[in-house]
Amino acid sequence: MAQLETLKSELAPLADRSLFGDRFAAFKFFTTPVGDDVLDLPKDDIVPVLRFLRETGKFDFLMDLTAVDYLTLMAGRQKRFSVIYHLYSSRTQNRLRLSAAVGEGEAIESVVGVWPSANWFEREVYDMYGIRFQGHPNLTRILTHHEFVGHPLRKDYDADKQQHCSSALPLFFDPDPNYSSNGKFLVPLNIGPSHPATHGTLRVMVELEGETVVRANVELGFLHRCFEKMCETHPYNQVIPYTDRLNYCSAPMNNVGYCKAVERLLGVEIPPKAQAMRVILCELSRIIDHIVCIGANAVDLGALTTFFHLFTYREMVYSLFEKLCGARLTVSMTRVGGMAQDAPEGWYRDVLDTCAKISVGVDELERLLSGNKIWIQRTQGVGAISAEDAIKWGYTGPCLRAAGVNLDHRKANPYYMYDQLDFDVPVGSSGDVYDRYLVRVAEMRKSLKIINQVCKNIPSGDYTIRDKAIVLPEKKDVYGNIEGLMNHFMLVIKGLRPPVGEIYDFTEAANGELGFYLVSDGSGRPYRLRVRPPCFAIYQSFAPSITGGLVADVVSVLGSMNLIAGELDR
Amino acid sequence: MASAPLAQQANPSSLPQTAEDVRSKQLEDASRSFAFTSRLDALVAWGRKNSLWPMPYGTACCGIELMSVVGPKYDLARFGAEVVRFSPRQADLLVVAGTITEKMAPVLVHIYEQMLEPKYVLSMGACASSGGFYRAYHVLQGIEQVIPVDVFVPGCPPTPEAVLDGVMSLQKMIADGHPRPWTKQWQRPTWIKPIF
Repeated sequence: MAQLETLKSELAPLADRSLFGDRFAAFKFFTTPVGDDVLDLPKDDIVPVLRFLRETGKFDFLMDLTAVDYLTLMAGRQKRFSVIYHLYSSRTQNRLRLSAAVGEGEAIESVVGVWPSANWFEREVYDMYGIRFQGHPNLTRILTHHEFVGHPLRKDYDADKQQHCSSALPLFFDPDPNYSSNGKFLVPLNIGPSHPATHGTLRVMVELEGETVVRANVELGFLHRCFEKMCETHPYNQVIPYTDRLNYCSAPMNNVGYCKAVERLLGVEIPPKAQAMRVILCELSRIIDHIVCIGANAVDLGALTTFFHLFTYREMVYSLFEKLCGARLTVSMTRVGGMAQDAPEGWYRDVLDTCAKISVGVDELERLLSGNKIWIQRTQGVGAISAEDAIKWGYTGPCLRAAGVNLDHRKANPYYMYDQLDFDVPVGSSGDVYDRYLVRVAEMRKSLKIINQVCKNIPSGDYTIRDKAIVLPEKKDVYGNIEGLMNHFMLVIKGLRPPVGEIYDFTEAANGELGFYLVSDGSGRPYRLRVRPPCFAIYQSFAPSITGGLVADVVSVLGSMNLIAGELDR
Repeated sequence: MASAPLAQQANPSSLPQTAEDVRSKQLEDASRSFAFTSRLDALVAWGRKNSLWPMPYGTACCGIELMSVVGPKYDLARFGAEVVRFSPRQADLLVVAGTITEKMAPVLVHIYEQMLEPKYVLSMGACASSGGFYRAYHVLQGIEQVIPVDVFVPGCPPTPEAVLDGVMSLQKMIADGHPRPWTKQWQRPTWIKPIF
């Protein structure tokens, strides 16, 4: 709230100097019941306000840009859509949500000139809602295919109305007025989407002069599984399996991120034991996520041993998950309000044993790669990015820390029990592929350290809250007494219903800030659930960062960004 | 294939009368029985089933489980299928592991067409088999709409054991010479344009 007062007093003089003029009266500053600061303003003022906020250093990250279609929730609203901007300051940890109403057929000015990271986010909003951004350099579809008609996240588009696609697009590049081939013959090269180094669904297009990349572009959306639309058609707890499949290399982290957002909107605090279990699951997931990233990156550069060796340890963690809940990869282990069930007898001891083994594995990994001449030559100085550029592009997670920015939400904005745990945040310096690798290896060690601390001090008590309107009763109550049966019935039929409102909540996932922006209309299903995928922002900078490098380095950089298509395309 | 003449022989009404007739009939039957070609087929099938070269078409979560199948613990190599090829020209088993979206479908068909006969398709997981729980505007509701499938492996994602079972089922189909009309009758879906 204090932040908003300051902001208001700073923006007021600008209004006098006729930047906003009379429209300043229409600015609405308020704090939501869950504590998010919001500035609601007319759409024409978005660019000057954002420019002011960026240039005065108040906010350095444009974390997310999205929209909401209020077609079925128009009560008191003049315009159908809202375009939402989420800002974050790594200096003060402040966050601000800007919201601008846009009507059907209206356009809003693009903020690409202020924050380059807005580029793909605006394209996504255009693709999903059909909102046009004036001055955007390349406002085309990004997730759905090129023959798609309509805008699927609009409330009047049916969730299951499929449209077939007849062909893949030929090679294409973003329009660039400054580009010219200078009469040279350039070799076009298409990589993916079915290519071993593109991890399934990424498509990279380059133009080569010899072995040097002159121009590059990427196409995404090959795994656009309509996550956000699916969320709008499912009850809150049934969304959890969908979140599993966002970043499927570390599924439990997405469960935790989503449930944390819903719980905060509900205003409930989960018991300490559930927090401890979530922290253990998250850190185990972080380790196996980094295993896949490093293993796959090394395979792409020809080091097969690392992959096979590391997968032994990944399997060990899978065995732990299997023992906990029966599933290996997509665990869906959390519920809104806590965990699905308690850990079995002896599970924490197994976790500690496995951690001891993984610790040996990390040592061996370092012996395999850290001093390996070929690995160093293929990764050092490749794909380097400066701290300023990384922030400009909206990097978070290991890739940001490798560039030398010490930002880890487990430290900066601690949630659960992270503030009581002893761990450091590894930070790199050059932001190249090698530093990203080093940061990930160091993070695996820190995660092991965290798990060790938590496992040795598991809090007693329940694994979930027992609010009858939120959590299903235990089976013995459902079958044993009438009250339990009624509670079960009511919750299944009506679903849990968070209050009307909206919230942006975030966790530090393996790839960076995983944010969930949830709009609730008080019904049993999310009105709008937006996920802020960390690698979407990172991948935006891919084409610029490989341009001018060797074609062989394309694969190296791609692997180091840890692009998980489920999260990228959603 | 060899069973038809033998069944004729077992019919008492058609038994020959003299010893000479018996010998000549036996010779004739031997030449008609395809005994030799049948053995050759079996030999080829044995070779094929034990040296499936898979092409992993891993698009999503199932792709990660497929890594586990190939990895050290479950070790697909035990079934002779460890030579993972990323070029469709060199592979004979297409493992579609993960969700296929409408945008990806033309690419998948193109890859399938590039594979050389004999070719087999294993659909791994709920998404590839039916769209899974993505009954959504951009997800193909099962790859069978665009390419023929020999084995469906259920699960979301299937356990590595289930995938191994799927590969073994396919091996049995190959060994038994199971007819595969779906592959023979396959035509490119009308909505997908040929690449060339």
